[in-house]
Amino acid sequence: MVATLRIDELSVSFAHRTGTAAAVDGVSLCIAPAECVGVVGESGSGKTQLFLAVMGLAGNAKVSGSIRFQGEELLGAAAPAINRVRGSKLTMMFQDPMTSLTPHLSIGTQLAEVVVCHLGRSWGEARIAAGRMLERVRIPEPQRRLNQYPHELSGGMRQRVMLAMSLLCEPALVIADEPTSALDVTIQAQIIGLLRAVRGEAGTALALISHDLAVVAGLADRILVMYAGRIVEHGAAAELFRQPRHPYTAGLLECVPSLSGPRLARLPTLAGQPPRPGEALQGCSFAPRCPRAADRCRSERPVLTGASTRQVACHFPLA
Amino acid sequence: MTRYFFTRLAGAIPTLFIIITFSFFLMRAAPGGPFDREQALPPEIAANIQSAYGLDQPVWVQYGRYLRAVLHGDFGPSFKYQDFTVTELIGQGFPITLQLGLLALALALFLGVPLGTFAALHHNSAADFATMSLAVLGIAIPAFVVLPFLGLLFGVHLHWLPVAGWEPGSIKHLVLPVFALALPPLAYVARLTRGSMLEVLRSHYIRTAFAKGLPLRTVIVRHALRPALTPVASYLVPAAASILTGSLVVESIAGLPGIGRYLVQGAINRDYTLVLGMVIIYSTLLIGMGLLVDLLYAWLDPRVRFAK
Amino acid sequence: MRGFAGGALERLRANPAAVLALGVIFAVVVTALLGPWLNPNDTHTIDWLHVAARPGLQSAHWFGTDRLGRDLYARTLAGARVSMAIGLVASILSVVVGVSYGAISGYLGGRIDQAMMRVIEIFSGLPLIFFVILLTVIFGRSESLLFISIGAVGWLTMARIVRGQALSIRRQDFIAAAVASGAGAGRIIARHVVPNVIGPVIVYATLTVPQIMLFESFLSFLGLGIQEPGASLGTLIAEGVGEMEAAPWMLAVPGSLLAVLLLCLNILGDGLRDALDVREG
Repeated sequence: MVATLRIDELSVSFAHRTGTAAAVDGVSLCIAPAECVGVVGESGSGKTQLFLAVMGLAGNAKVSGSIRFQGEELLGAAAPAINRVRGSKLTMMFQDPMTSLTPHLSIGTQLAEVVVCHLGRSWGEARIAAGRMLERVRIPEPQRRLNQYPHELSGGMRQRVMLAMSLLCEPALVIADEPTSALDVTIQAQIIGLLRAVRGEAGTALALISHDLAVVAGLADRILVMYAGRIVEHGAAAELFRQPRHPYTAGLLECVPSLSGPRLARLPTLAGQPPRPGEALQGCSFAPRCPRAADRCRSERPVLTGASTRQVACHFPLA
Repeated sequence: MTRYFFTRLAGAIPTLFIIITFSFFLMRAAPGGPFDREQALPPEIAANIQSAYGLDQPVWVQYGRYLRAVLHGDFGPSFKYQDFTVTELIGQGFPITLQLGLLALALALFLGVPLGTFAALHHNSAADFATMSLAVLGIAIPAFVVLPFLGLLFGVHLHWLPVAGWEPGSIKHLVLPVFALALPPLAYVARLTRGSMLEVLRSHYIRTAFAKGLPLRTVIVRHALRPALTPVASYLVPAAASILTGSLVVESIAGLPGIGRYLVQGAINRDYTLVLGMVIIYSTLLIGMGLLVDLLYAWLDPRVRFAK
Repeated sequence: MRGFAGGALERLRANPAAVLALGVIFAVVVTALLGPWLNPNDTHTIDWLHVAARPGLQSAHWFGTDRLGRDLYARTLAGARVSMAIGLVASILSVVVGVSYGAISGYLGGRIDQAMMRVIEIFSGLPLIFFVILLTVIFGRSESLLFISIGAVGWLTMARIVRGQALSIRRQDFIAAAVASGAGAGRIIARHVVPNVIGPVIVYATLTVPQIMLFESFLSFLGLGIQEPGASLGTLIAEGVGEMEAAPWMLAVPGSLLAVLLLCLNILGDGLRDALDVREG
């Protein structure tokens, strides 16, 4: 069975004054059909840049490696080939619903144009499809919304519209970049519920990018943990949460406050900062912050090892 | 939307009113009447002229009469060209000036915006640099310097186009004047569009548009163009003013029988009614332009329609 | 402030176009001032033998002569001197007026500010040429009128910028302290408002000079500006246009000089704006 998305040794680097900075450094991953993969990490870990490169939205960055979507190589492909796939079978929803919708076009136009462009329907038919999709993402009064402008909708509704835009052409993979970060907690729960429902109905694969483990926990089958542009651990969600093997993952899990655990005097944090993209590092990029760091960690860079479904990049992984 | 329009209209009328009143009283306050020529007129003729032009009435009566006449489109008789009323003179020349101005404005927009967009899309390339260098040239060098040089090149040297003169319905006589008039605003529009387009292209919603797999042309025309044009819309009124000003000179160099020369001659001959009429016409044009631009804003950005 | 100026100078120096423009302007100014020493001809001697002569470096008249036989080299340089002098003087005038107006309006605030801004709005509504024409109709052509109207170019933008700065500064705490210690409004404006607006003022002053030169040339071209026998580049261009087909050099020489000056001043102004990183407030 062909993987929906297969990435090999992808690197995304930016040129700047003193050299190049790698935002993504040699990442390989696979997303199977109908699978939900959660990608977690702090800001600057490269998780967003990774998927922007997949969508061909990396801007001025140099991208190397291989990106295969449903068997077809996207990197270096001609623009028409990319545009055929982008927005129809491979879609992305962004984290800032406030600014991600075009202010001067109606919701209906912004939805319908996807259908007109990719499915070749007429504008009338496309609007009907748009209205139906708005219903599916549980927006009340969908017909009225079609004629409204983005600034007339709340943040939660705009996020639903973005989801609707991603689903219109029955995509094989939807990339959701921090879908809930800009929203209230109550709305967050609604959006997550929506994503879960949509996944169940259509069997779409989902790449869920988030710095919030709680968001990912409810949805993901598998989790990838990224740090400083590299994957440091991945595995099935349940197992990863139960038994994290990389110190960074463990640290992240510890930081999530729990309602059921004992009351703490101080919330645990991860000391230090992730390295900035330009910083050249010898050895493990997490070493400066790792409580278990040894000399080997500072000189030798660890690679991902382990079974194909459960890997960790650490010299001294947790048991 | 209509309420927005009428609010704007209500704001524009007092400005026009102020300009008319100001001009009128300024002229009345001037030393020396319009008939202060080298030769003194015989007293009976002077008295006749005084009553014919209403100069013997008290000032506020004159003002009232004038205002009423203006609202009926009657600007009074010309002091210099005594066989014509100002309205007739304007009627003769206005269509030509309007043609000249509108063509120049259209050229500035329909060439300037694509040029600016092109430069933005090829940011930091040789083409970008070349376009922007040409733009600096266009902005710096005024129409009345460009036009004679164009005339030298295309008229005298190459004999492709006439240097001056005009025939009704002729296109080739308008080519050089329109181009010379359009060049400074065109260059400015190109520069504005480029800067604004570069910013808009960095927006998140443009990223979304690309992510939807829309072709480049669609993203630019449907998603990027309207927000990018807001600074250009702001520039429209100064552009119109610049073209109106330039037309004064261009008409005289190119020998076009528009109303521009009446303004200049009127100033030199101290022809009050003519100059006053001209000023009112030009002001009305500019204020009308301002109103149109306000409407344009509302179309470009729907959020403006809802703002108080 | 010193650090700010130093950084700006570096950025300007790194801008090749602006540096080149500055060099050209400098060359023109030097030539205009010293030119008469290089060539024996003056601006009003009529050379009956060489009426409307073509330019030639071998001949007595490097740039040729005009319709009356006057040496074009001398006339053009004289015209350049007049145009540049007017540009400089009127620019300084408009800076002084604009900065004072804006500083007072912004600092006093409230209704006075509103009224003063209203005046600016009305003036901005109509192109300056129309005011000049109105005034010319009333007062006839005169050179003092010319100076006043030319000085009126550019003070509007200056006033607006300075007012913006003044408005934002007056709310700050150190102003309250200054007022409390008895400093008068004038002193506060001079000591606090003015130093903060020097950057934008320099940029717009540099950009105002070509605007003024353009306006003066425009007026002179129309016959509303400098009158005979004095001449600016504008009047020379007007003469040249009349002779365009027969003696194109009479147009080309002053026209090119004006174009070059305007271009270089604009490039320099743009360069300064980038170097000082100024935006219209």
